[in-house]
Amino acid sequence: MAKVLERKPLTFWERTYLPQILGGLRITFANMFRRKETLEYPEQRPTLPRGYRGAPTLVKDPNGREKCVSCQLCEFVCPPKAIRITPGSIPFDAPNANVEKAPKEFDINMLRCIYCGLCEEVCPEEAIWLQDIYSITGTSRGQFINNKAKLYELGGTRPDAHLKWDKKLAAEKAHAEGGAHH
Amino acid sequence: MEAFFLFILRYLVCPLVVISVLMGMCAYAVLAERKISSWIQNRVGPNRTQLPILAYIPVAGNMLQRIGFSQPMADGLKFLFKEDVMPGHVKKFYYVLAPCLSLVCALLTCTVLPFGLWWAGDGSAYPLVLADLDIGLLYILAISSLGVYGLVLAGWASNSKYPFLGGIRASAQLISYELAMGVALLPIFLWSSRPGVVSPLNLTSIVQAQDGLWLCIWQPVSALIFLICIFAETNRLPFDMAESETDLVGGFHTEYGSFKFGFFFIAEYAHMIVGSAVFVILFLGGWNFLPGFPDPWPHNLFGSALTIIWFLAKVVCFVFFFIWIRWTLPRFRYDQVMKLGWNVLLPLAVANFAAYLIFFALFPKA
Repeated sequence: MAKVLERKPLTFWERTYLPQILGGLRITFANMFRRKETLEYPEQRPTLPRGYRGAPTLVKDPNGREKCVSCQLCEFVCPPKAIRITPGSIPFDAPNANVEKAPKEFDINMLRCIYCGLCEEVCPEEAIWLQDIYSITGTSRGQFINNKAKLYELGGTRPDAHLKWDKKLAAEKAHAEGGAHH
Repeated sequence: MEAFFLFILRYLVCPLVVISVLMGMCAYAVLAERKISSWIQNRVGPNRTQLPILAYIPVAGNMLQRIGFSQPMADGLKFLFKEDVMPGHVKKFYYVLAPCLSLVCALLTCTVLPFGLWWAGDGSAYPLVLADLDIGLLYILAISSLGVYGLVLAGWASNSKYPFLGGIRASAQLISYELAMGVALLPIFLWSSRPGVVSPLNLTSIVQAQDGLWLCIWQPVSALIFLICIFAETNRLPFDMAESETDLVGGFHTEYGSFKFGFFFIAEYAHMIVGSAVFVILFLGGWNFLPGFPDPWPHNLFGSALTIIWFLAKVVCFVFFFIWIRWTLPRFRYDQVMKLGWNVLLPLAVANFAAYLIFFALFPKA
C-alpha cells in the first residue's frame, strides 16, 4: 500500500527563507572548525591502499632471475599501446637457459600508460606489477620512457610462491637421471 | 606657513592615508576571502608564501606564513607582471576606461565615510572624515551606483557575447535594487532628523543619532532590505549576476586579464569594504560602543584611536559576514533575482516607509 506523505503548507517564516538561511549560516560556520581534509603534499604523503595501481614495473624473483619471458602478451593487451618489447634469447650457458627467452629491450611510455593494470592481469609469469609509484615527473618526453634497466630498478624483487622454472629444471634433471618415463 | 602645512595635511596627506588603508584592507580582504572560503570547505588555504625577512622571526614568522600574511603581495605582483593582452575585437578606449571607472568609483565613496571622532584640546568632538558633506548618503548612493557603469561599459566594450550578457544583467540588477535600497533608507532620515541637526542626510549626524540604540534594532526591516540590496549592489554572491562564472564564463571581465582584471578585482573588494562601512554607519551605530551602553571612549587622542579601531572592527566583522554568506547561499537564477527585487523588496520597502511615516505622524519626536 502506498504511503501518503502529507505536505504541510509552509509557515510564514519558512516562506521568507530567513530561518533556513540562518540554519545554513550555522552549518557553514561550524564547518570552519572541523578537521581540515587538506594533505600538504610534499611534506605529507598519502597512505596508499593495497592493490594501488601506480607505475608498471618489471620484477625479479627471490633468486634474482628476471621473470619476464618476452611473450609480449602485455604489449598486445595494452590499450594505449604504451609497451614496446624487443624479444631476445637467453644464452645456452646461462643458469636459467631453460627459460629460453627474455626481453632484449622493454620500454614503457609513461606518457601513454593509463594505469589500467591489464598488463599485470594478463602476465602469465607474474613479471609485470603496478606498484605504488605515483609521482612521475620529467622535463622532456624522453624521460618518461622507462627502459628495461629503469623498470627493474623500480620493480625490485617480489616473493614468488611457485618458482615455476626452477621446478621445471629440477623435473628435467630428474627425468634425465631417471630415464625415459614414457 | 602653518596654514600651508595644514592645507597639505588636510587635502593631500589625509586622503592618501585613507586610500592606502582602504587599499590595504582590499588586499587583505582578498586573503580573508581565500582563507575563510578554504576553512568553510575544510581546507587550509594559502600558506606557502613567505617574505625572506619574515622567515627569520622565530615563532611569529612561521605563524605569519601559515595564515598567508605575504600572500597579497604575491597576488599583486602576479597581476602586475602578467602579460597585458588586449584582444583585437574590443573597443579600445572604453575597454581600458571600464576598469578605471570601476576602481575610481569604488574609492571615491570612501571620502564621505566618517570613521571616528576627534577630540580637540578643548573637549569638543569633530568627526574624522575626509569631506563632511551635508548630503553624504546621497553622494554614496550616487557614486556607488556609478560603479556599475564600469561593469556595463566592460560588458559592452569587450564586444563579445558573455561579457555583454554580464553587462545587461548588471544594469538590470542595478535598476531593480537601487529603488528598494533608496526607499529602505528613507526611514533613517525620519529617525535622524531631530531638532538641532542641520542635515539628516549627513552620515555623521546619522551615527550620532544612534547613540544608545542602533538603527538595526529600531528599524530591522530597513536593515534587512538594505543588507540584501548591498549584496546585490556589490555584485557579491548570491547576487553576482554580472559575473556568474558558471553560466557566463566570467561575465563582464571575461575578456580582461592581468592588471586590468586586477582593477576590477580590487574594485569589487573596495566596494565590499565601503558597503560594509556604510552598513555599519547606518545600522550598526558607527563608532558607538554597544546598544544600551554609553560610549566608554576617553575624550583624548587615545579615545579617538579607540573609536577608529572599534569602527574598523565592526567593518571587518561585516566583511567576514559577506564572505560567510558567499559560501552559504547558492547563486540565484536571473529571473529569481528580478522577482525578489520587484515583487518582494520594493513593496516591502514602501510598506516599511509608510509604517514609519504613520508612526512618526502619531508620535512626533520631542
